[in-house]
Amino acid sequence: MPIGWYLVLSALIFCIGAAGVLTRPNPLVILLCLELMLNAANLSLVAFSRMWGGEDGQVFALIVMVVAACEVTVGLGLIVAIYRRQMAINVDELNELHG
Amino acid sequence: MSQVLFFIAAIGALTGAIGVVMLRNPFYSVLALVVHLIALAALFLLLRAEFVAAAQVVVYAGAVMVLYVFVVAYIGGADEPLTRGGAALKILGPLFALAVAIELCIAVLGSALKGISGKGAPYVPGFGTPAHIGTLFLTTYLFPFEAASLVLLVSAVGAVVLARRRRGLEDIDEREERRFHPARPAYTGTMAESTGHVPMQPPESAGNGNGHAPEPEPEPEPVGEPQ
Repeated sequence: MPIGWYLVLSALIFCIGAAGVLTRPNPLVILLCLELMLNAANLSLVAFSRMWGGEDGQVFALIVMVVAACEVTVGLGLIVAIYRRQMAINVDELNELHG
Repeated sequence: MSQVLFFIAAIGALTGAIGVVMLRNPFYSVLALVVHLIALAALFLLLRAEFVAAAQVVVYAGAVMVLYVFVVAYIGGADEPLTRGGAALKILGPLFALAVAIELCIAVLGSALKGISGKGAPYVPGFGTPAHIGTLFLTTYLFPFEAASLVLLVSAVGAVVLARRRRGLEDIDEREERRFHPARPAYTGTMAESTGHVPMQPPESAGNGNGHAPEPEPEPEPVGEPQ
């Protein structure tokens, strides 16, 4: 398949993830949609690596996976801490810092 | 053959992504993300990135998703409304995403770049194998590799600090229980206590000298003589 198809697929996945981040109220699902966006970036990085013929893009994709794992760990820790304080798990009601 | 596999994997990835966004129950969203990740690993294999595909399945669909499933089971995955905010965000959010998608598709498909219309560089044996990736990680990208390990360590410690059990957040009977275990200064608890494990013997000499004890008058216990 031409590389352009992979890029189009990556763009579609990214936009689905962006729509989820913008519309879903649950921070857990927002984290899942962030994963979607990072994976879309990974797909285009690997596609460019195939196009270029070097493995550097795959190394970038692995680093992105590491950063995504870190983000998930800290985000889920925050969600558990929010749940422990018996606050609503809803990004519209967690607005004490909105100034 | 590779086109058929591409379309199957692409439909799987798109279905999983739409499922993450559109399913009401967060638990089913996590399962849809697993489907999406496995389809994406198939796409990585089509792009000859076998090590990335294996890492995707093992690390993402294995470890990270297990973390998600545990947290969803802990906080209770109930059905919930799909959208939030006012009517403006409800309309504008998907509209914005659609606009970005159309724009990116026009940019990719309408570009005159020759590289993205071909099938890529000629395949050399050994492309994308762990040996090549490892060589790159230990030579050219040594600093990002070490920085990534440091970031992983910091985030693991941060998650433990964030999610552990803290004073002042427990309910009444736990607070009653805590009267027999005077408070320590912050950040000196053990990992066993952070998971809620209460030691059998009450520590006798803990908490003196810092003035953080929640009870001002000591317990009227007959035998407790701090050594």
